[in-house]
Amino acid sequence: MSALNIKRGSTSHSAYDLRDPNAEIIESHTLAVVVDNESGVLARVIGLFSGRGYNIESLTVAETDHARHLSRITIVTTGTPEVIEQIKAQLGRMVPVHEVHDLTVEGPSVQRELALFKVAGKGEARIEALRLAEIFRAHVVDSTLESFVFEMTGTPEKIDSFAELMRPLGLKEIARTGVAALARGV
Amino acid sequence: MTKAMTGARMVVQALKDQGVDVVFGYPGGAVLPIYDEIFQQNDIRHILVRHEQGAVHMAEGYARSTGKVGVALVTSGPGATNAVTGLTDALMDSIPIVVLSGQVPTFMIGTDGFQEADTVGITRPCTKMNWLVKDTAKLSGTIHEAFHVARSGRHGPVLIDIPKDVQFATADYTPMQRARTEHYQPRVKGDIEAITAMVEMLETAERPIFYTGGGVINSGVAASQLLREFVDATGFPITSTLMGLGAYPASGKSWLGMLGMHGLYEANLAMHGCDLMINVGARFDDRITGRIKDFSPHSRKVHIDIDPSSINKVIRVDVPIIGDVGHVLEDALRIWKARGRKVNKEGLAKWWKQIAEWKAVNCLDYKPSTKTIKPQYALQRLEALTKGMDRYITTEVGQHQMWAAQFLGFEGPNRWMTSGGLGTMGYGLPASIGVQVAHPEALVINVAGEASWLMNMQEMGTAMQFRAPVKQFILNNERLGMVRQWQELLHGERYSHSWSESLPDFVKLAEAFGCKGLKVSDPKDLDDAIMEMIRYDGPVIFDCLVEKHENCFPMIPSGKPHNEMLLGEADTQGVIGAKGAVLV
Ligand SMILES: Cc1ncc(C[n+]2csc(CCOP(=O)(O)OP(=O)(O)O)c2C)c(N)n1
Ligand SMILES: [Mg+2]
Repeated sequence: MSALNIKRGSTSHSAYDLRDPNAEIIESHTLAVVVDNESGVLARVIGLFSGRGYNIESLTVAETDHARHLSRITIVTTGTPEVIEQIKAQLGRMVPVHEVHDLTVEGPSVQRELALFKVAGKGEARIEALRLAEIFRAHVVDSTLESFVFEMTGTPEKIDSFAELMRPLGLKEIARTGVAALARGV
Repeated sequence: MTKAMTGARMVVQALKDQGVDVVFGYPGGAVLPIYDEIFQQNDIRHILVRHEQGAVHMAEGYARSTGKVGVALVTSGPGATNAVTGLTDALMDSIPIVVLSGQVPTFMIGTDGFQEADTVGITRPCTKMNWLVKDTAKLSGTIHEAFHVARSGRHGPVLIDIPKDVQFATADYTPMQRARTEHYQPRVKGDIEAITAMVEMLETAERPIFYTGGGVINSGVAASQLLREFVDATGFPITSTLMGLGAYPASGKSWLGMLGMHGLYEANLAMHGCDLMINVGARFDDRITGRIKDFSPHSRKVHIDIDPSSINKVIRVDVPIIGDVGHVLEDALRIWKARGRKVNKEGLAKWWKQIAEWKAVNCLDYKPSTKTIKPQYALQRLEALTKGMDRYITTEVGQHQMWAAQFLGFEGPNRWMTSGGLGTMGYGLPASIGVQVAHPEALVINVAGEASWLMNMQEMGTAMQFRAPVKQFILNNERLGMVRQWQELLHGERYSHSWSESLPDFVKLAEAFGCKGLKVSDPKDLDDAIMEMIRYDGPVIFDCLVEKHENCFPMIPSGKPHNEMLLGEADTQGVIGAKGAVLV
């Protein structure tokens, strides 16, 4: 808390957010939350979001440090800058939470999501689907004479656009993992 | 040295090691092994309540009046669900309590067993942390961790759910020193740069004010001492939230009285007009701020809070200081002294002059009566007749609570127990018992409304059984007074279900419980009756019949700013718009 934005000598309206209250800026942030891998911790984190009316765009969780029983939760959330700050503070004060990182503001990061697409079709559509999958570097992980299951990793946006392309070509089902993210560099 | 023992014995051992001398509880199938252990020892006193909600509020009263952690013990299923209101209450008011609940045996969890409830699921949002302990080897360590969590950082309630087989099984006891606590060590020291910035601001401020809250009380007696020293040395005015009353003495020369929705005119106008607000352990609750957009529009704001999530949650501040109030005040005082104890004397003199004008309005004035007892008068007499005594006050929720906050003066911390954040009717009676158990010789009075009091009146049985001579001072207006007041002001005087029908005869009720009942309706008899209540060696139910339609003023209607306060009946015509009616 080194940079204190104190407007020295000012006695005017400093208590208020000087942003136009009508211009609600909604930002998307990716948070990495390191927690004790105990039962109930995920419920506590999710309960915080539902209980206080915060959004969850995507959430992934798995134990990442088996020796210390630590899990990493990656949450993509949206809200005004004030809400995002609150979310981080609310997460940070939870007893089983060790660290909260806002990957969106803490420098560049990489974000990846894995998705499976089932596409059914015959003839031209089938060939077109396979051709597009190649362009998107999606792998065929299952095929029948009438269907493919493609596997793809990429940013959520890339997965979205592939899904859009597949839709007219016989897209039946999608399964997505949600985002995993890491800061770049060391 | 570790020792093998059963889970049930571990519970008792861990409580002893934590210095617990009393547990408020109620037995049932899922906690019988623990009760068996309680039976076989004499170090921990068990207070048998009449309803688990009572147990939790008693633990709260005990905790709030001692600064120690309060403990409640309940059985599974209904025992645990009955504890939910108390847990939520403690969470809202940051009261450190540990609730131990029994659970069906681990092999039955998930089968809808008899008296099974998903207790950790139900209580997750109303505890600071909770645990389901499935392994006896982890039980004592978890209990020690739970006490650590309850009293560290921002205090709060925790719950440990203990399946019955875990109570029977044997494992090694984990002593306190070996319990896991290092992972939860909230920061207590404030940033020195930020504290210095605050000191710089207070050196030049023309219209400063201290706005203090429950965090000062939670920080401990030393924090209240430091606050007094700081306030008196700077000569700044000070106001407090409902939760913070007593941190600065009501007789102190800088005291403006409580602020907020039913706070004093001078306190609210000083908040509105200040140029520097120093928030010490309060949280900008909506009862305090009124309309956010117009809250103290010309001030710079400092916020000292141990909970980072309190900062900028409601009101954006200029200088946030995250830390324990006591530590921060100590540093601030040291820095301020080292820099030459500067204040803006000229500005302050003008400021106090302005405040004196506001004080002269005499906002607590009410129309006296010789025929009926005005609730304000009853409290003034109670105050006068108990002044200087070793006195603790609890309250229920409603008009009487606000009048108590306005008319009773508190000279020290931990003397005032009230449900602030949750506003729980039914809090005061059990809380008073919890306080009395902690302070057997003291005068403990619950200032109650008749409706609230009925919500947990079964606890009179507990007061009788354990000889807790609590005084139940009921301001009986035969109305859900606060609801009635809102209906009068906001709902066109349509008094929908806000009167107390079929009230019991409180004197007979007292007799039925075996305690003393007193009833007064004539102002002339009030003093004698209060003295009789004080002198009586045992619990008293005091039915004080008061004016039925008295409104509580000042009042800042919901959604209004501080400078649009209602001072009395004359101000109330058509003041609250539809927008305000939506708010609570
Ligand atoms: C458990 C609970 N239910 C409902 C309310 C809403 N409520 C707030 S004050 C009040 C009336 C309280 O009446 P009484 O205890 O007689 O106090 P009075 O206002 O008359 O002094 C009610 C119903 C509440 N605060 N708590
Ligand atoms: Mg009443």
